[in-house]
Amino acid sequence: MSATLEKGLNAFKEVIDTPIASYFSSCVHCGLCAEACLFYNETGDAKYTPIHKLEPLRRVWKQEYTLLGRLGKLLGLAKPVTDAELTEWEPLVYDSCTMCGRCSMVCPVGNDITYMIRKMREGMSASGHAPEDMKGATKRAVEIGSPMGIKWPAVQAQIKHVQAETGIEVPVDVQGADYLVLMSSMEIINFPEYLSAISRIFKQAGVSWTLAPDAFEATNSGIQIGASDLAREIVSRIVVAAERLKVKCVISPECGHAFTAIRWEGPNLMGKPFGFEVKHILEVLDELRLAGKIKTRGKDKRPLTYHDPCQITRRGGVVEQPRHLLGEIAEDFREMPDAGVMNWCCGGGGGVSANSRAEPLRLEAFKVKKRQIESTGVHTLITACANCRIVMEEGLEHYHMKVEVLGLTELLAEYLVEGE
Amino acid sequence: MNHLDLLTFARGSALNWALIIFVAGVVLRLFEIFGLSRKTDLAKPRIDSPGSGWRTMLTRSIPPQGMVKRDPVTYIAGYVFHLGLFLAIFFFAPHIEFFRSITGLSWPALPSALVDASVVAAIVALAVLLAHRLNNPVKRLLSTFSDYLAWTVTLLPLLTGYMAYHHLMLEYTLMLALHLFSVELLLVLLPFTKLFHTFSVFVSRWYNGDFFGRKGVAS
Repeated sequence: MSATLEKGLNAFKEVIDTPIASYFSSCVHCGLCAEACLFYNETGDAKYTPIHKLEPLRRVWKQEYTLLGRLGKLLGLAKPVTDAELTEWEPLVYDSCTMCGRCSMVCPVGNDITYMIRKMREGMSASGHAPEDMKGATKRAVEIGSPMGIKWPAVQAQIKHVQAETGIEVPVDVQGADYLVLMSSMEIINFPEYLSAISRIFKQAGVSWTLAPDAFEATNSGIQIGASDLAREIVSRIVVAAERLKVKCVISPECGHAFTAIRWEGPNLMGKPFGFEVKHILEVLDELRLAGKIKTRGKDKRPLTYHDPCQITRRGGVVEQPRHLLGEIAEDFREMPDAGVMNWCCGGGGGVSANSRAEPLRLEAFKVKKRQIESTGVHTLITACANCRIVMEEGLEHYHMKVEVLGLTELLAEYLVEGE
Repeated sequence: MNHLDLLTFARGSALNWALIIFVAGVVLRLFEIFGLSRKTDLAKPRIDSPGSGWRTMLTRSIPPQGMVKRDPVTYIAGYVFHLGLFLAIFFFAPHIEFFRSITGLSWPALPSALVDASVVAAIVALAVLLAHRLNNPVKRLLSTFSDYLAWTVTLLPLLTGYMAYHHLMLEYTLMLALHLFSVELLLVLLPFTKLFHTFSVFVSRWYNGDFFGRKGVAS
């Protein structure tokens, strides 16, 4: 399907709903959203003001859905949205927004700007104004099954490796298991520790779980680029597998946007509520901890801090769980300034890390994370999103910082009491 | 037409027309917003938090931690202006008398000196906000003619009201007529400019609060 301006404008018209109309109606141009945005804060460039990134969508709203705007359009006074303008806006909508949601938390009139960016990307992508790299990632996700081009054999290789290392059998395609475990390509390629940690923790806790060859990938490029039809196709693989295996719960891995894609957007993309639950791995681990099913011994002596992934914390509501889990295994846990729901983004969410054009800007925006980490004085950084992890590792390297980044699940597994 | 005739017109048909346009405009704008509707969220909310939208209508008036320090001018002048304007509109004895004549409802007034002070504070705050808008690169980028128009029509009733009360510049009857005309201009433009946030702010805050509430994040 080819992308055209007309399709883009139609998509704009289609996504505008009551919340968006109320948001545009309420905006008083106070500019406070800029103060919440890492891209504005680290560059000082006014064009990164969040609400400004929505200007073409705002004009479509005004010209199509308000009486005055329509009159203006009829009289030829309205400035139409053009291809050239959308080309100019593309870097604002994709490169300089991670959909982290901080602006939505501070807007005094309550505008959920992030929600609007997510919707605006539908029109951007339909009109052909999405970054090339993200188009490629989405194409791979749809055609191959994963944005990084990974297929099931790669997972099988990892399973073999994990089984040899831990002596624990990794369950595949188990009918009636309680949990269907998903992974992100990043974990399959870069962080095999995750699968190993899950195997060991679940064995100790006596959890019945499974992987599915037709639904191992949790990430969803469709919601990042803004193509709901593709996002639906990607999410439907998980739904089909979960229903086929009759699992009670699907576990979203240590990945931010995957959680948003499955937990919050999933049922809406599919057009029906799910017959199973969707939980983030940290939620599951904390439930197991509460039930006394995870036994750990000793505590990590290193001073460490936790980076809240935006989609898991601010946009996902998993705030206390990582703190409870770290309380069990960390002796010197230190919070960063603004930790929790107001944490600063790593700079690579919402597809930004998949977009090579955005790299210089992303590294510039990382300076806020750098300051946050430095203020804690730690050299060990824990997080629960493989994308945050890789983005932060790159940022740390760029700024020559000696800080190690670890996933919370694997850290927990290190302190597990096994074989007793 | 002498000053008294002008005042009679301002109080009579001019006011009626302004009120009609105001009410019709507000209703139209609300229809424009709610007419679009939205899809039901099919994702199961994390916690049943039915009040979160309503709570956010109020809690969004409180600045998030650390934000005042980032832009103290907008926050402080913003509060002073809104509070000053609110007190002037609803707690000045002659205004209460006006509302009573229309609705039959009445409530205690604040001492005139206090209202006077709050009007001065609101005018000063508006001046500060205008200077900030012109100087701050973010605000300047966002600003259009409509922002300056909204600023002007908000200032005029405060200014003319202050001058009428203190018998400054023009003859009292004429100034009072001008005060009424300025209010009528504000009423007519409110539904069709950003000043409509007076109403829509409760809608947008509700949706924001509902969204975050479903996810278990108090916003």
